[in-house]
Amino acid sequence: MAVMRYREALNQALREEMQRDERVFLMGEDIGVFNGAFKVTAGLLEEFGEKRVRDTPISENTIVGMGVGAAMTGLRPVVELMTINFSLLAMDQIVNHMATIHYMFGGQVKVPMVVRMPQGAGHQLGPTHSHCLEALYLHVPGMLLAAPATAADAKGLLKAAIRDDNPVVFIEHEYLYGQRGEVPDEDDHTVDFGQAAIRREGEDVTIVGISRMALTAEKAADVLANEHEIEAEVIDPRTLRPLDLDTILDSVRKTNRCVIVEEGWPHGGVGANLAALVQEQAFDHLDAPVARVTGADLPMPYSKPLEQIAYPHEPQVVEAVIATFRDL
Amino acid sequence: MTDVTQEERTQSLPAPDDAREWLQTMMLIRRFEERAGEMYAKAKVGGFLHLAIGEEATIVGACRAMRDDDYLISTYRSHGHALARGTDPKPVMAELFGRESGVSKGRGGSMHMFNPDRRFMGGYGIVGGNLPLAAGMALASDYQGLDEVTVCVFGDGAANQGTFGETLNLAALWKLPVVFMVTNNQFGMGTALERHTAQTDLHRRGEGYGVPGMACDGMDVVDTHAVMTEAISRAREDHQPVLVEAITYRFRGHSMADPEEYRSKEQVEEWRKRDPIANFAERLELDEGEMKRLDEDAVKRVDEAVAFADKAEFPPPESLYDHVYVLGDQVKGWYSVDERSAGVHRGEHERRLAEAERGPTEHYHQAVEAATREDVGEKKPTDEAQAEDDEAEHGEDD
Repeated sequence: MAVMRYREALNQALREEMQRDERVFLMGEDIGVFNGAFKVTAGLLEEFGEKRVRDTPISENTIVGMGVGAAMTGLRPVVELMTINFSLLAMDQIVNHMATIHYMFGGQVKVPMVVRMPQGAGHQLGPTHSHCLEALYLHVPGMLLAAPATAADAKGLLKAAIRDDNPVVFIEHEYLYGQRGEVPDEDDHTVDFGQAAIRREGEDVTIVGISRMALTAEKAADVLANEHEIEAEVIDPRTLRPLDLDTILDSVRKTNRCVIVEEGWPHGGVGANLAALVQEQAFDHLDAPVARVTGADLPMPYSKPLEQIAYPHEPQVVEAVIATFRDL
Repeated sequence: MTDVTQEERTQSLPAPDDAREWLQTMMLIRRFEERAGEMYAKAKVGGFLHLAIGEEATIVGACRAMRDDDYLISTYRSHGHALARGTDPKPVMAELFGRESGVSKGRGGSMHMFNPDRRFMGGYGIVGGNLPLAAGMALASDYQGLDEVTVCVFGDGAANQGTFGETLNLAALWKLPVVFMVTNNQFGMGTALERHTAQTDLHRRGEGYGVPGMACDGMDVVDTHAVMTEAISRAREDHQPVLVEAITYRFRGHSMADPEEYRSKEQVEEWRKRDPIANFAERLELDEGEMKRLDEDAVKRVDEAVAFADKAEFPPPESLYDHVYVLGDQVKGWYSVDERSAGVHRGEHERRLAEAERGPTEHYHQAVEAATREDVGEKKPTDEAQAEDDEAEHGEDD
């Protein structure tokens, strides 16, 4: 196992897939000469040249749309959008075109492309650069959705995303870019979509953590074990479409409790959706209502102390878990 | 092109066989559109129906200037483009009828015709949404070292979308072989050109982006063909985008649900004098018998298309979720997240079993019955709001 940062793992995935397949190319704002706003594409322009690493103007909707057109006619574009908030400018191309074209034309054309974008709070980037919007993309059928939390998954899922014939929204996390993790040394490390990871095994409660919140859930599980004698099972779905619901349900049937942790907004969130699925499919196994820990229901504030209480940390998760053990 | 006047361009008629074929194709489009309108009034065709009657020269002029391996991409007014690119009228009509044998298997409808074999890359329903796609197709050609050109058709209304500026800039910056063809039919739905655009010479709107512009008489197939030939050649040889404005007019409303209160009958009559089919036929000096024969041929092909569409099967209920995803090892079926039924389904096979067991709801059968019965009533909504009201009042079995 090699230890590397999440951003380096992504960089390796891009490099390896570009070496493997000439049809793979990158487009995005400042990904070339500038090496990427978060340095994910560092060095790739030098290695692959301007034809395959293309700096674009600031035109998110058109960059994604050009990816769609190129994917329909034989290429495999990987588009980088600088943040998930900027992806809202490309919503028409993502939803009305990228996700829809395969269906709309009766399956006669494929759109094999990846749109990468980072999300997340914690760097005081304020109300237009800090959100977690995976729920918006989860809402849309016709495309896959990945949200890796570790360096190994970042690399393996990105490689799998580039090879898949479906369009993929690939959500990275700004906080995670600098985090180190072990990545398998094997030549071709890929992670299949639709396979949840059990980060920690436990008998008492199931905690599902989305994106960075998988790590927060793990830390909370340590506190629960050390201070409260509660053994939590921590599940990271890794991809939300397809969703490995079976792994979550199997765990809930064992633990009889479920807490879902996400950084995004509560209404219509990933947790709302998962809670509905869990209560529909495992109602008889639940000893307590499915609980959610979410980001605060507001635009992200700039001020550091406010920002810190606007997204979940371990104490909120611990508190929510303990609440599921209260007598009802 | 600048030193050639429009008069000179239009004087040179194509070879007789070509000229005949152009006329024939325009007549086919005209007859097809008329019948599509009739079928809409009989409730055989649903949704919106945007007819290209009056705009046939822009379609045929452009398509005949293209090579077979060039890409074409158009808008929600796309029946004519499918036909002119060589699509059999039968699956085009079947698509309007919502049938499985339609060009998009009944999933797209009037706004989303498609024929990848003839490199007609589809009609798109979001105004301005197809410009980035066209640039992407041109990028793919360029990337692969192929000398194909992409022709992107859109309307005067789309020239006000953000994608117009974004895409023209990028296409010029990256020297992409794409011809942006704006069919200026004088109206964005019901808003007249001079009420929605400050610079009404639309072909000049590329200058600021570094995209040269040309204009043609979109009521004249010869002029349209000449200008598009020049534009496509510049795109191919010089590796650069070109903006072509085809000045035209639609004789019918924006869609079938259009009371046309925004324009005068006199204006429509004035433009009708420039009918692209009648005028071209006149210049070809075809005798009446010949015209009649060509027209009968077009009518016959459209009749056959209607008969085919009317007999064609609806997509079966168990195919509802086909084509949402490309299924494979990673994606075994859309049912990986199933919120519609009580059971957990783990793949496509299991989903089909569940679907077969439950069977479709009554609404499926009611819709099939309504569309296939002989005595279908006339439905003539005056506008889109009225259409909604009618639907609400008469219910689903209307």
